[in-house]
Amino acid sequence: MGTRIADHIILGEDIRIPAVEIFVDGKAFLANEGEPILSALLANGINVNRYTAKRHEPRGLFCGIGQCTDCAMVVDGVPNVRTCITPVKCGMVIQTQDGLGPKEAAYD
Amino acid sequence: MIEKDVVVVGAGPAGLAAAIEASAAGASVLLLDQNLKPGGQLFKQIHKFFGSSAHRSGTRGTDIGTVLCEEARENGVEIWLNSTVMGLFVGNKVGIEKGTDGTAKQMLTVHAKKIIVAAGASENVVRFKGWTLPGVMGAGAAQTMINVNRVRPGRKIVMLGSGNVGLIVSYQLMQAGCEVVALVEAAPKIGGYAVHAAKITRAGVPVFLRHTVVEAIPDTSGVVSQVIIAEVDSSFKPIPGTEKTLEADVIAIGAGLKPVAELLHLMNCAFMFSPVFGGWIPLHNADMETSCEGIYVAGDSTGVEEANTALEEGRIAGISAAQKLGYISPEEAEAKKAAAWERLGALRLGPFGERRLAAKNVILTEFEQKTARGVHHGN
Repeated sequence: MGTRIADHIILGEDIRIPAVEIFVDGKAFLANEGEPILSALLANGINVNRYTAKRHEPRGLFCGIGQCTDCAMVVDGVPNVRTCITPVKCGMVIQTQDGLGPKEAAYD
Repeated sequence: MIEKDVVVVGAGPAGLAAAIEASAAGASVLLLDQNLKPGGQLFKQIHKFFGSSAHRSGTRGTDIGTVLCEEARENGVEIWLNSTVMGLFVGNKVGIEKGTDGTAKQMLTVHAKKIIVAAGASENVVRFKGWTLPGVMGAGAAQTMINVNRVRPGRKIVMLGSGNVGLIVSYQLMQAGCEVVALVEAAPKIGGYAVHAAKITRAGVPVFLRHTVVEAIPDTSGVVSQVIIAEVDSSFKPIPGTEKTLEADVIAIGAGLKPVAELLHLMNCAFMFSPVFGGWIPLHNADMETSCEGIYVAGDSTGVEEANTALEEGRIAGISAAQKLGYISPEEAEAKKAAAWERLGALRLGPFGERRLAAKNVILTEFEQKTARGVHHGN
């Protein structure tokens, strides 16, 4: 499970304070405005972004630079959003993607 | 349609350098990148680079990125971010998808007199049982998370591959507070520089040579929780009975890179296979021009090397494009290009560098032979 790196020997202190609220499968989490959605999710212990269409296998971070689409999720109702290169905005509604749409459980 | 003298695809070290040179000469330059920020992979390279002082040795990749971005701004380079080049089309047209995912994107076509492709490289993968599970990722992906996004991809890492990427990222994962539980390498010796390897071994990271990952085992949430490694025989096949189980939540794969050059394939540019450079390489001349007239290439797209070589190749491509458009006199352009080739020569020394120098010369020679035989492709 991932966590934020508050202090770093070369990069120094992370002065950002996660202050904006995002909603992931109905639960509220704090994030830094403008950081990639994927980073905010990892920082909050969320590692599964989507399930595959045919075999419903979990997928998560793989390339981290917008190439592989494994981290795609449903963001504000739009599916196939690559969360590693899409910035967080205040109040974003994010859903785990199942195949090509939101996972049913997300509506529970 | 938007008209530009030069369109550069990719704002990493090669693309930035190409754009700076062409723009400084007076050309109108549009630099395109699909990411949120320019700089390519420079901003995740928080270590100091090697090389001569001419190449800012001892400077961190992040600082080189900052300087290049500043120079691009000062020289009036127009940069479009969140802009993916979808294709190159007959008549030097560049098809661009602009906008972030989840928003209404624009499809735009820009006409360029000269096009420079500096699209970089992508990571190779190693397949094993469970390789698609969350927790299995590229070493570069792990590096992006810790050094750019400042979030750990996990707690306990198995690094697969001991080339310079595997070694450097292992060290940086430790700097970020992760535990590297194993460095796994199928070959009988470490692949990267001894100086990087020493940092890992000094820190007490267990190194498993002649080993590979055979399986990633998930926990109930589907995320990696255990990793099975095994010894391999001389043909790299796992030897039954030698399996060991490690507790880890990340497998980072550092198995090399391959050039990204799809746009040049689309244009039917002439290619050759180069194992040293990581795959199929577009042929080019000493101006970095491909077999498609007016289309140039630079950086890892011409063979996987390093940021400094990418930067010099980018400079050459930018100068050449500006020269063809009449913005630089042939004398000045030739002098600048010769100086850049000389610096490239200084970067291609030593046991690793000499192989790259030889491979680059093969590409240049092959280009001459193919164009002499009348092999011409593209528009």
